Amino acid sequence: MTIIKTNINRRSFLKASALAGGGMMLSFSWLAGCTPTTEEALALPKEWFELNSYIKIGDNGAITLMSPNPEFGSNVKTSMPMILADELDVDWKKVTVEQADFYPERFNRQFTGGSMGILLAWKPLRAAGATARQMLVNAAAQQWSVPAAEITTEAGMLHHKASGKTAGYGEVASLAARLAVPEEVALKEIKDFKIIGSSKKNVDGTDIVSGKPLFGIDYKQEGMLVAMIAHPPAFGLKVKSVDDSAARSMPGIKDVFIFKTLADDYERNGFDTTTFTELVAVVGNSTWEVMNAKKALKIEWEKKADQQVVVNGWGGKKTEVIPGGLESTMTHKTLMDEMSKKKASILRKDGDPEAAFKRAAKILERTYSAPYLAHNTMEPVNCFAHVTADKAELYGPIQAPEFIRNTIAARIGIPKENIHIKLARMGGGFGLRAYGHHMVEAAVISQKVKAPIKMVYTREDDMTYGIYRPTYTATYRAALDKENNLIAFHVKGGGIPEHAVHAMRFPAGAVDNYLAEGWSLDSNITIGAFRAPGSNFIAGAEQSFLDELAELAGKDPIEFRLELLERSKTKPVGEKNDYDPDRYAGVLKLVKEKSQWSEPQPNVHRGVSAYFCHNTYVAEVIDLEITNNKPVVKKVFAAVDCGIVVNPDAAINMGEGAIVDGIGNAFFGEMTFVEGVPQKNNFDKYRMIRQKEAPRSIEVHFLKNEKDPSGLGEPLFPPVFAALANALYKAKGKRYYQQPFLAEDITIG
Amino acid sequence: MAALNLNVNGKKQIVDVDPNTPVLWVLRDHLNLVGTKYGCGIAQCGACTIHLDGVAVRSCQLPVSVIGEKSITTIEGLSESADHPVQQAWLEHDVPQCGYCQAGQIMTAAAFLKEHPNPSDEEIETAMNGNLCRCGTYLRIKAAVKTAAAKS
Ligand code: FES
Ligand code: FES
Repeated sequence: MTIIKTNINRRSFLKASALAGGGMMLSFSWLAGCTPTTEEALALPKEWFELNSYIKIGDNGAITLMSPNPEFGSNVKTSMPMILADELDVDWKKVTVEQADFYPERFNRQFTGGSMGILLAWKPLRAAGATARQMLVNAAAQQWSVPAAEITTEAGMLHHKASGKTAGYGEVASLAARLAVPEEVALKEIKDFKIIGSSKKNVDGTDIVSGKPLFGIDYKQEGMLVAMIAHPPAFGLKVKSVDDSAARSMPGIKDVFIFKTLADDYERNGFDTTTFTELVAVVGNSTWEVMNAKKALKIEWEKKADQQVVVNGWGGKKTEVIPGGLESTMTHKTLMDEMSKKKASILRKDGDPEAAFKRAAKILERTYSAPYLAHNTMEPVNCFAHVTADKAELYGPIQAPEFIRNTIAARIGIPKENIHIKLARMGGGFGLRAYGHHMVEAAVISQKVKAPIKMVYTREDDMTYGIYRPTYTATYRAALDKENNLIAFHVKGGGIPEHAVHAMRFPAGAVDNYLAEGWSLDSNITIGAFRAPGSNFIAGAEQSFLDELAELAGKDPIEFRLELLERSKTKPVGEKNDYDPDRYAGVLKLVKEKSQWSEPQPNVHRGVSAYFCHNTYVAEVIDLEITNNKPVVKKVFAAVDCGIVVNPDAAINMGEGAIVDGIGNAFFGEMTFVEGVPQKNNFDKYRMIRQKEAPRSIEVHFLKNEKDPSGLGEPLFPPVFAALANALYKAKGKRYYQQPFLAEDITIG
Repeated sequence: MAALNLNVNGKKQIVDVDPNTPVLWVLRDHLNLVGTKYGCGIAQCGACTIHLDGVAVRSCQLPVSVIGEKSITTIEGLSESADHPVQQAWLEHDVPQCGYCQAGQIMTAAAFLKEHPNPSDEEIETAMNGNLCRCGTYLRIKAAVKTAAAKS
């Protein structure tokens, strides 16, 4: 049995209080139970460690659990309360889950992203559930005058065997609320979990399939106006002047104006990403009227000069220059080629790579590249705002409300305690909703027109606004000796505006002579998180390269990787290797078994890939068939080690989605620019994967272990690109080095 | 502006709007039926799918003036309490992730199954190809369509 202390991190972790109307409420901190690593401690504001969630047990036995994390489809609103409910020992069917508003004064840890949700919440949720259960037990013990240790619980009931006494949680909840929070409580044994590990349906399922208003874009309030914005059509341009005479006289239009989204000298945080600091707003009665008036605007744009901004985030304060100029994909390519040939900063070096390359029997060198990607969440950017003299109310899709609240406060001059952000269910996130520019924009518009407004981006505004996955390149070189042993490995990666090299990741640690280098170029095209942004490119490049290298060495691609992992386990090179070779090998072995890798089938072309990021290990095998000259993804096998799986069916759903997304982006995903203008602005031009191109079947298998659960939103995505490229090679006899593969004259479906 | 009579989910509605307004915005802004979603506005994503006399159409490209006597069904009117076989199948397979595209997917599937009660995999793929799901729930959508077909 694991006994844990309830007073963790010397901050008050739990607080019991009486529930109005009878019953008990246990407030707790979503995060306080974990021991953050230094990096996490830096990244997470300390307010996040305050009380931010609750369990309510009504005296009628009703159980309400609050989920403080914003929901964008990763199902945290179901899976996190499952953890609480299991330790609390209640019947899942009787549990109601509520989505919390963003009231930082009470509930302060609300961020979904980086696949950290479950990992960070695991311990505090278990501790909170167990504490509430223990308090109910203690209350029953007092009421029945029996020792607490003799009381057992099951599905929301308390039992005392010797006396035959029994009671529902609700019957003792009011008494429990008056007891002291115990200093120590016992957590369940993993084998005793009843809810964790069993599939539970999405708690919002019925509302979704019946079209209930769940999303920010669905929100309405009495007297609300609709607002749209026009942003510069190109990165590197700004508003010069607006002729709004036609727009103003159109039916239903209330106001048209230019507004600043951020003050020029505003010290930005890491999520204040934008280069469009001046926009044109159109406000009116209805969406259609505003859309039409927006089209009637005559805006003159002018070139923007270099702009200096102070950014305080991502580990320190620095001044950044957003360069002026109109950038094009063609020029980017030339510049990236030039940079690839120059010296770059050394990120890690083991042994003497140069000497090893000199004595090599065979050398392989390959270059990979990938374009910018747009998130294209199905729900376009939008936000409701109602700003009055002394307070602001906002409602919209946002992954990191705490960051943007400071920015809103500074911009509209209202203290942040008076800014209330309600969290909407998000129509997709994928990293985009970490950036809250839309909330600031909506707040400024509402303040100007003195009315509640809902700002909605058109699809075109959304797709051309920026915050893309960066464009990357990487050149790999490897040296084999006469016996086909890998003796040197060199990766040099670059990107705009950042590279994707993770120098401490595999195969670092498995090669005596290793060199990792990185470079980057500045740009005014904004970038942001995108389903494991660096990893999704570098995994594709690295795992494609290892496939080709295995072939050159005359080895099976899985065996080749396993040999390297064995080496890194038994005789690791260097100390900071950021992976566990056993868990890495574990997923490769599992995918080998499940896909029956050793028994090839006629006309099935398969590729394998494995990657570790966001604390989860994943290996994938993709089976292709060629039908009517086109590759069809027949089947995908994924093997995943994410520790304990809380909600298996939901986890499989996420996995399937990540795999479909990977295939889609590998084939079609691409944003290009000419003179700063994004070349795709809607789904007629930006190809997205559709039903016909999706795999015919997907199997997701989990490694069984008792490790704390890690995330699933991101880790299944990065390995897809190389598994696909490697399978395409088997099918077509050609290697694919440039994403999207469609650009190399191949399509799918 | 023009006052138009509409038949929406079995109810008579009068709206006073610009006759060029797409049905999507009449539903969302004027009739408070927000289950029908805006995704692209150019008939590319299917998020705005409704039934017009039982046929699946894209409401973002459909001016309200052309509706006339035809009856409109939206996701809110597909069933009383999420008990249409397609909705039930969607719940059984726990299809949604973010959920934003799903009303459109369900409306497309429901109209399709009326015409093709026993569809092949290929027919399902073709019928559902116009509805984007950014979360990639395509496999579950296909499975749910099959379940709904088997049950209705
Ligand atoms: S909104 Fe109508 S098809 Fe996309
Ligand atoms: S469930 Fe998110 S777009 Fe389909």
